[in-house]
Amino acid sequence: MRERAKQKVGFGVLLLATLLIVIPVLVIIALIIDKGASAISPEFLFSMPREGMKAGGIYPAIVGTLILVVVSIAFALPIGVLAAIYLNEYARDNWLTRTINLAIINLAGVSSVVYGLFGLSMFVVFLKFGASILSGSLTLGIMTLPVIITTTREALRAVPRSYREVSVSLGATRWQTIRHSVLPFATPGILTGAILSIGRVAGETAPILFTVAAFYLPRLPHSLLDQVMALPYHLYITSTQIPGIAENIRYGTAVVLVGLVLIMNITAAIIRARFRRKR
Amino acid sequence: MTDRATKFRIRDLEISYGRSVALRRLSLDIFENEILSIIGPSNSGKTTFLRSLNRLNDLDPAARQSGTILLGGKDIRKEMSSEDLRKRVGMIFALPIPLPLSIYDNMTYGPRMSGIRDKGRLSALVEGGLRAAYLWDEVKDRLRSSALKLSGGQQQRLCIARALALEPEVVLFDEPCSGLDPISTAKVEESMLELKKNRTLVLVTNNTKQAARVGTRTAFFLSGELIEIDGTDRIFTAPADQRTNDYIIGRFG
Repeated sequence: MRERAKQKVGFGVLLLATLLIVIPVLVIIALIIDKGASAISPEFLFSMPREGMKAGGIYPAIVGTLILVVVSIAFALPIGVLAAIYLNEYARDNWLTRTINLAIINLAGVSSVVYGLFGLSMFVVFLKFGASILSGSLTLGIMTLPVIITTTREALRAVPRSYREVSVSLGATRWQTIRHSVLPFATPGILTGAILSIGRVAGETAPILFTVAAFYLPRLPHSLLDQVMALPYHLYITSTQIPGIAENIRYGTAVVLVGLVLIMNITAAIIRARFRRKR
Repeated sequence: MTDRATKFRIRDLEISYGRSVALRRLSLDIFENEILSIIGPSNSGKTTFLRSLNRLNDLDPAARQSGTILLGGKDIRKEMSSEDLRKRVGMIFALPIPLPLSIYDNMTYGPRMSGIRDKGRLSALVEGGLRAAYLWDEVKDRLRSSALKLSGGQQQRLCIARALALEPEVVLFDEPCSGLDPISTAKVEESMLELKKNRTLVLVTNNTKQAARVGTRTAFFLSGELIEIDGTDRIFTAPADQRTNDYIIGRFG
């Protein structure tokens, strides 16, 4: 019976640890909904801000964040996936690939404000893109590349080696093998990486601070060289830079940001489930 | 027996992985329309030898190989591409590995990779391969369903059929029945004997009785060396080497 008691304690600790993760998330969501739900209205979602952002909506910030997510993923996903395929399927294990691996791991740990400074000097100043969607998306894309490369490599590694052997033993070239016997079965895992990236890209403030985010721009962008407002930056300035903004507007912005990430994640998860079912 | 045409001519083949030598100066011939059984305890180099015949060892960056292997008089490493070689020399693995696709798509995988698009031609290859592996009657009504839904024995026969869809001259079997029940094993052996009529088969097996049942000739490998090769009857009744005898009667292995 003592062993059973130990087991109970053990599982109890595991459950406690799980609750410790879930509870803060639930509290955060409850808090922002409690304080922000009253601000959510069609006008809030779909109109321009007025009176120095103290009234009106956050439409341009929503659109801005959506654009940043789409453009940066469109840039980072193909490059990240192709690099991961090369590293995992073609590259030999030598000092160069080991160095690249080390660099990727370290890039994942670099703080986001450093990416912001890099984006400022590289895209805004040196390449003369100015503060623009292009500069901001490239910065966000570079920030998210390590995540995409790492998750894609994990997904490729998870495809059994035997599939590759079967494919080549049926006369397929290495490229055909990757194209027909590895990638199709790694796609759900690759999309998981994309999903993780969406959340990060949508939520980060520091990388867009100097590269794209507009303080107050009550219109939609016309080209990739325009600035945009973005939800995390908007949340930051309404919370800290402008006194006297109603609390529910600030928390309402947070609700929209969390909700937007959730919707994009669910969409990506549905696409992933489609790929899984196709087998 | 030596007046038959030679399919594979192997001379001084030596393969090592890093520091460990898997095969030592191996020379033998494999004739047309025979089943050459290769027996021996594990780690004797049987599978390494088999995988050298379709250059599957090339996938392992640590593998080093010397010596020559000729297929139909041509060096398989110098005078043909690995893809062309593997289309002529099919392989069946120890575990059935259907790709997570439909039966039909598994069957057409090889032909599609070699550029065959014609639907009628593909369907003919599917039916021909499945019939030769004695699987056609069991699956002909559900070619579009997933290959993963088949039983283990059916999956292994599908893998045989899939290799046959490329119409190879040689088929390599790497312990093809190690995971199968006796009835499925019998069906696989039956199709092997049928295939022998117009193909060359090389069978690596841990099951000496299987070698005795289907092998035209049998080779005994031990610690990376070819100890003896002769007609199956002779190996199993009057082997020349004491170690062969000891292995066959179960003294070790």
